[in-house]
Amino acid sequence: MKKDMELANEVIRISGANPIRCMKCGKCSASCPSFNEMEYAPHKFVDMVVHGRIEELMESKSIFHCLSCFACVERCPRGVEPAKIVEAIRVVKQRQIGENYLDANDIPAIVDEQIPQQALVSAFRKFKK
Amino acid sequence: MIYSYYPGCTLKTKAKELDIYARKSLEALGIEIEELDNWQCCGGVYPLAKDEIATKLSSIRTLNQAKELGRPLLTLCSACHHVLTRVNNDMKTNGDINMRANNYCAFDEPYNGETQVIHFLTLLKEVVGFDNLAKKVVNPLKGRKIGAYYGCLLLRPSNELAFDDPENPSILEDFIKALGATPVVYPFRNECCGGYISVTNKSQATKNVDKIVASAKYKGCEQLITACPLCMYNLNENAGADKIEVKYFTELLAEALGVK
Ligand code: SF4
Ligand code: SF4
Ligand code: SF4
Ligand code: SF4
Repeated sequence: MKKDMELANEVIRISGANPIRCMKCGKCSASCPSFNEMEYAPHKFVDMVVHGRIEELMESKSIFHCLSCFACVERCPRGVEPAKIVEAIRVVKQRQIGENYLDANDIPAIVDEQIPQQALVSAFRKFKK
Repeated sequence: MIYSYYPGCTLKTKAKELDIYARKSLEALGIEIEELDNWQCCGGVYPLAKDEIATKLSSIRTLNQAKELGRPLLTLCSACHHVLTRVNNDMKTNGDINMRANNYCAFDEPYNGETQVIHFLTLLKEVVGFDNLAKKVVNPLKGRKIGAYYGCLLLRPSNELAFDDPENPSILEDFIKALGATPVVYPFRNECCGGYISVTNKSQATKNVDKIVASAKYKGCEQLITACPLCMYNLNENAGADKIEVKYFTELLAEALGVK
């Protein structure tokens, strides 16, 4: 339990967001274009951080489906900023050794003639630490 | 007034049209720009983690360079604009990031967010003026039904970007009108195309793009315009069966101004 709350505090610190403010309206998840891809939708992320359930989130692929589109941030009536919480969990996960989601060796198989540099730079920022 | 121009890496490679038509159009409009020397890639996404400083440094150097020249910083790519605007905001409002970044960079003078970051579209709206732009159009794009694709990075989060109304934006529609074409408003114009997810999960991007294209076609768009090379890529390359023509907004501008 102690470790769970320590991890949760680390996520809150890195994100700068305040999950306690959530009133569970679900607007973030209703706005989320990745809702169908995610095991835990954004409002669930917020709730699980409040309850110290960080390791479950770190083990879920949901953290790699967020697009950082900021629809949840824009539409949350309580200023919770769920995207920052999702990011913080992804960051905590990927700062562990061997936990990068994308490797430079994966790239040749992925690239096509048209892919813009922006896509690759952005994906590395998100999926590799 | 000369604007310091930040093209970003993709405008030098895969999105050359976005850049070239912007330069030609500005020349036609009598606006002077000078590309920043030795600019570095901004990283494409704003580092959200409060304790990440290193990934913000390239943007801070860019912003400081414009400050030293005493010029506003002109952006064109949606992602560059998003990143530079938010890092600038951090330097203004986040004491911790400001202190650490300035300690590291050790500029002659500390950088405190003094530079004005202005997107090309805002320049058209506020400096040129859409009425004035309409007067300079030599090839009005009459009868063309064009949908604005905003995506997300120009609009959100609106408390930092302060670009337009995040839920009901109008700047691109006003731009389309100024060129003599007919803007078509459709529901998915400010929904995300998937962005960088097309690198790791193409099918997820396809699902988003299909909704956007269907929404645009349903409302009668014949063509979409964008300011983002990644939107362009996703809309073009990651659409399912149904496709729509997509152009950079600067290409339409150059066409209307007769400099294409
Ligand atoms: S930022 Fe992420 S979590 Fe928030 S709405 Fe977009 S995809 Fe969903
Ligand atoms: S929109 Fe905000 S308040 Fe509503 S559930 Fe999501 S985080 Fe909580
Ligand atoms: S946003 Fe993209 S195009 Fe712009 S400089 Fe950054 S990585 Fe390059
Ligand atoms: S590529 Fe996607 S993430 Fe980027 S601005 Fe376009 S809609 Fe947003």
